[in-house]
Amino acid sequence: MFFDRWREILETLWRHRLRTSLTALSVAWGIFMLVILLGAGSGLQNQIEYEFRDDALNSVWIRPGRTSQPFEGYRVGRRIRYDNDDFDAIRERIGNVEHMTGRVYIRGSALVSYGDRSSTFSTRAVHPGHLHLENTIITDGRFLNVLDLRDRRKVAVIGRKVAEYLFGTEQPIGEWLSIGEVRFRVVGVFDDTGSEGEQRMIYVPITTAQVAYGAGERQDQIMFTIGDATEAEALETADEVRELLAGRKRFAPNDVRAARVSTPIAEVGRIRALFGAIRAFVWVVGIGTIIAGIVGVSNIMMISVRERTKEFGVRKAIGATPYAIVSTVVQEALLLTSAAGYVGMLAGVAVLELVDRYVPENDFLRDPQVDIGIAISATIVLVIAGVLAGFFPALRAARVPPVVALRDE
Amino acid sequence: MIELRSVNKSYRTGTNALHVLRDVDLTIETGELVSIMGSSGSGKSTLLNILGILDDYDSGDYRLNGELIRKLSARRAARFRNRHLGFVFQSFNLMPFMNAVENVALPLYYQGVSRRKRLRTAEEYLERVGLLEWADHRPAEMSGGQKQRVAIARALIGKPRVIFADEPTGALDSGTSEQIMELIEEVHREGITIVVVTHEADIAARTQRIIRLRDGAVVSEAS
Repeated sequence: MFFDRWREILETLWRHRLRTSLTALSVAWGIFMLVILLGAGSGLQNQIEYEFRDDALNSVWIRPGRTSQPFEGYRVGRRIRYDNDDFDAIRERIGNVEHMTGRVYIRGSALVSYGDRSSTFSTRAVHPGHLHLENTIITDGRFLNVLDLRDRRKVAVIGRKVAEYLFGTEQPIGEWLSIGEVRFRVVGVFDDTGSEGEQRMIYVPITTAQVAYGAGERQDQIMFTIGDATEAEALETADEVRELLAGRKRFAPNDVRAARVSTPIAEVGRIRALFGAIRAFVWVVGIGTIIAGIVGVSNIMMISVRERTKEFGVRKAIGATPYAIVSTVVQEALLLTSAAGYVGMLAGVAVLELVDRYVPENDFLRDPQVDIGIAISATIVLVIAGVLAGFFPALRAARVPPVVALRDE
Repeated sequence: MIELRSVNKSYRTGTNALHVLRDVDLTIETGELVSIMGSSGSGKSTLLNILGILDDYDSGDYRLNGELIRKLSARRAARFRNRHLGFVFQSFNLMPFMNAVENVALPLYYQGVSRRKRLRTAEEYLERVGLLEWADHRPAEMSGGQKQRVAIARALIGKPRVIFADEPTGALDSGTSEQIMELIEEVHREGITIVVVTHEADIAARTQRIIRLRDGAVVSEAS
């Protein structure tokens, strides 16, 4: 009897194909759009988080700049650059410096060679503290240390891609490679959670590079971490650094373009706020889509029940109880909306999966996924709406005396 | 089989009460073929609806097969109709989306008979009304006479004690009406009580007894 009843319901749905497909479409579309929207939202969030995962967030980055205001008789547009004394001054005067490093870029992409293999890789001359600024993971050997700097040792720590290219399966530790004209001994190999570019990097002691490549006392960039400082503390530290440098280099303390001091944590905060707004927007649109689905389903169910008033009258005349009428309509609605909702959900998840698999890495979306619990809840909400939308008109129709329903107009 | 005592029924339309049935007394014996005649507005359809438990009445007694029928719940009324009564309507009232055999089988669905069994039974009843080869056709593909035969088969399948026919030939030409009346007489000969509501004298004349209604009251009973 159970299968018999469902067979009857399936046949009714099949006989009213147009109505069935319209209802199914409105439910499936609602769920589909919700899944796509939520997926796009999560893809956006994942991409933003991915872009920041390479660097330590709680850090201050100091890059050279040009003055944008005249100060004490100096002209506008004067270049501000840093040297070892500025580095020491920051370390001594700024309170919450944790790990600190300078950076010297070796001019041009130096040709790096080992044996008969060579290629161009970027080389950064840094302090040991650099390890904590990029998410550098030593996989073999060690990173640079204070002795390397004190003795200006010619040692290098190479990225995974560099090791793979130059050494293949050979053990690189202890081998000598050339960076431009200078030979360095490999003391460590690292991996990096950031982009492939980070894995094609070579680190050498900053003191060695300043001598070997004629950089003198120059430092192209200075950065340091600030422990577990809050966003407000980070911004405050950045201001302190700029004021310190303003005093040393003679530029206006509020000239943000003279010394470009940035704090990733503050940028992340801004982007997180933006993302929160986007997520709220996604939810508003998603809920709107669901409501449109509910309205669509309700309309179709109400119209369909009204259309069938006469049919119900005949069924009652030949022995259908009101319960049989109502339960038939409710079961039809239940089957239709849940099947359609399921299909919409599957289609949405499938589209997200295809996007994830076939759309190349880009700057907008990464790993778009939907919380399946949310998708299921939304489907359940639509199913309940569909069932209620069928239930109340069906109840009314079932209460109409058969005489009234059968009256020929 | 059917016993009405002083049955009254009125409809309220706004402030006016329309007294449709006035103190109707009526007895129909088991196995009778009876017609109820009257002009439109005489209350004959209302009477049929009360007899068929499709509608309720205000006062009086209605006994069907000795059982008092009064203010039954919708559920009990449906049970009663399903087990004991059969209906034939002027406009056939077949399900347009079902074929002939499914239409005939429908009452058995509400009796909880399995699909296979009720379709087999429905075929037997279709054969009885001479339409077995039309089993797979939908009502839209059939003539009026054929549709009414399907409706009669549907009324018969529940093995009712009484069949109520409301203007069964009202939508048919005279030749087809003749065939439908022959079928009704044939069903009657098998011992089923039949009540035909009509305003056509020649149809009424073919029944054993004519009950005439005027302005909601029984004016004469003639055999």
